[in-house]
Amino acid sequence: MSDARISLTVDGTQIQALEGQSVIQACDAAGVYVPRLCYHPDLPPAGHCRVCSCRINGRINSACVTPVSQGMVVENDTPALNSDRRVIIEMLFVEGYHLCPTCEKSGDCELQALGYRLGMAAPTLPYLWPQRELDATHPEIVLDRNRCILCSRCIRASRYEDGKSVFGFEGRGIHMRLTVDGSALGDTAMAAADKAAHVCPVGCILIKRTGFRTPSGHHRFDKAPIGSDIEAVRSVPKT
Amino acid sequence: MMGTGARELREDPAAARPEDAVLIDRIVAEFGRDRTRLMDIVQAVQHRWGRVSAASVRAIAQSLGIHAVEVEDMVSFYSFFSRERKGRFHVRLSKTPVSLMKGAAKVAQAFAAASGAAIGTASPDGEFTIEWTSDIGMADQEPSALINGTVVTALSPSDARSIIAALRAAPADVDPPVFRAPDPRVAALPQARVASHIMKAGPIIFQRRRRGDGVRAALGLSPESIIQEIIKAKLRGRGGAGFPTGLKWKFCRKSPGQQHYLICNADEGEPGTFKDRVLLTEAPDVVFDGMTIAANALGAQSGLVYLRGEYAYLWKTLQTVLENRRRLGLLGSNICGCEGFDFDVRIQLGAGAYVCGEESALIESLEGKRGAPRDRPPFPTERGYLQQPTAVDNVESFACVARIMENGSDWFASFGTRESTGTKLLSVSGDCAHPGIYEVPFGITVNELLDQVGAADAEFVQMAGPSGQCVAPKDFGRRIAYEDLATGGSVMVFGPGRDVLEVASLFTEFFIHESCGWCAPCRVGTTLLGRGLDKILKHRGTLEDVTALEELANTVTRMSRCGLGQTAANPILTTMRNFPQVYEARLLPYQFVPAVTLEEALAVAVKVQGREPVDETEPV
Repeated sequence: MSDARISLTVDGTQIQALEGQSVIQACDAAGVYVPRLCYHPDLPPAGHCRVCSCRINGRINSACVTPVSQGMVVENDTPALNSDRRVIIEMLFVEGYHLCPTCEKSGDCELQALGYRLGMAAPTLPYLWPQRELDATHPEIVLDRNRCILCSRCIRASRYEDGKSVFGFEGRGIHMRLTVDGSALGDTAMAAADKAAHVCPVGCILIKRTGFRTPSGHHRFDKAPIGSDIEAVRSVPKT
Repeated sequence: MMGTGARELREDPAAARPEDAVLIDRIVAEFGRDRTRLMDIVQAVQHRWGRVSAASVRAIAQSLGIHAVEVEDMVSFYSFFSRERKGRFHVRLSKTPVSLMKGAAKVAQAFAAASGAAIGTASPDGEFTIEWTSDIGMADQEPSALINGTVVTALSPSDARSIIAALRAAPADVDPPVFRAPDPRVAALPQARVASHIMKAGPIIFQRRRRGDGVRAALGLSPESIIQEIIKAKLRGRGGAGFPTGLKWKFCRKSPGQQHYLICNADEGEPGTFKDRVLLTEAPDVVFDGMTIAANALGAQSGLVYLRGEYAYLWKTLQTVLENRRRLGLLGSNICGCEGFDFDVRIQLGAGAYVCGEESALIESLEGKRGAPRDRPPFPTERGYLQQPTAVDNVESFACVARIMENGSDWFASFGTRESTGTKLLSVSGDCAHPGIYEVPFGITVNELLDQVGAADAEFVQMAGPSGQCVAPKDFGRRIAYEDLATGGSVMVFGPGRDVLEVASLFTEFFIHESCGWCAPCRVGTTLLGRGLDKILKHRGTLEDVTALEELANTVTRMSRCGLGQTAANPILTTMRNFPQVYEARLLPYQFVPAVTLEEALAVAVKVQGREPVDETEPV
């Protein structure tokens, strides 16, 4: 990344960016929240969820994988995009089993928080009732695939941050699942201190014996909607 | 004795036996212990043991020095690799609207009855597995099937019975055949024939010229002038997207890199198209001429042909063509005696994944990974195969390139329309008297084409395959050209009595099966589109369901990552637009109807409890 300054327009407001940044990085730095799910600031982007899709120079593409360019025009917070984003969130809800009231990630879950932020009252799509495996073989970590949204954060974290490649995908299409480098998680080189154990946006990868320690009302998203932290650093006035 | 030995070797038990691990290591070594050759490695393992077991995955990973999860990630992606052992003879029947129209369902039943294998499973004796597969590129001679990788065509139910009998009587076991060689027992079947069906040879593609003419003609030109000629000819990509070929080459040529690569996209997977199959059968040299000219223009030394796994039967002949070209100095070092003009071609076999026809997915697959498309930018012309500048072009595009060099850009541009120059190979199938290949100038109307193919009574035409559009008679006056009705070559004709919605449903099922799963809108969206359409098909839909389905279809189109997802809703959207009455006829006049009936909802409970609910509306 060089220091070359680039300016682009997001929803009519001009922001500054650095050459080599992605649209989402530039927006984050400028305090503009682009809803996202599979993107994680410490990991290379993968473009799975498409929630961060923006209309960029007239074409819809994910903000996490699009590099900024001088004079770029980005539409982000529009009713049409937010509606499509909400549909994707609904899709992820009906694809797996997301029973918020009994999930220890509730209040800290990015999927749930996005559902609230994007105004998803209740899923309008039919549930798919998949068959998925729960893996509790690891002494310190539980892997509940029922909640997996196939964002690949753990795959990327394990490969690029932990240098382990504990996780991968198997299968294709609607049959795609998260798999591990061994017959079960307990068989792998995974450790609770790994980055891969701490990037899951939902309640799929959990550290054992730590659940439900935070009382309701004190979770991250109990206090403020998802994205508030990014918007708090907003350097330009909202128009 | 050899037979028994081979059988034992092919058992491939869960715990890798030392001798199998040695064999796998030998296979990996044969491909230079190169991780990017994983497609070939896995294909060799699948070929030898009839499956790729967990133990094999571990052994491959160990030999390559990578994680097993990386191998599993790739292996589990492709339809032609299997974790479980299949029958000794693996019958995969092509499932498409056209094959079903021609009686594929009855053929499948006959295969199942004769073999004792229910469709989708192996027979109890382990001899046969009967399965459906996506279109195998034989729409002009359906019903068709792949048996151990060999194509059998124009099947009838009685063929199915005789094939099963012949294969049952075939030698109990043979040595694991040489990798990529056809199973001789299947190849000996009288049905193991693929006809070319060139019904109309046009002025460009199928003209007779000497092999290498185009390459020699280009030798007098600078690389820039070759590209200029292609730009002047206004050649557009023949795979369907229609991107200007010359422009692509210009971008690729000016991209810096250690090497420039050239890829021929022969992953002809769009249901209903088979023109690349015929081109590679009848005129492979003109395709390789085009590739060699492109290599000259781009300064590429390596060319790759990505041949769809369904066309594995072409492998051997294409290798012979390449050998001959090397012998004649048309490939290899100092081509045509021109010092420093070095270029050679390798053929990579695919393994049953439609999405690999998308150029960046194809590149991923070539690198030995799952065929998930890449995000752009960067485009392949900047960073493609092995992160180097790469031009990916369709088989037919390369043939056009050779002809442009032979006869000039003005000659080429004299055919077709202003926006779409030249001719197009159309693969015509379905309800018509003369299915096959038609080379027609761009600009021909659908009506004119229907007259030629003998389909005057056509009720609708699926143009450009499932990802294209369903065209109604009111639009039969439209022209086949990039500026009007674009097509990569697939033209499926449907006559009286065919159900538009059934066809749309089969195409939607196709996309569900072929979605790579990488992005959420396509992975989940395609399945949900199938559910929505199914409800309407079952006469349980209301106007609200149609509206919701249309909204969902638009979201999938807008938000999906690649061309597959962006067109996966086309069967639904274009039939809604062109045949609203077909939808309306199936709707119920209520505000809301649940997707499931009470009987369906109770089915599991009924099964578990073993008793039926009492219907209180009728007297006992």
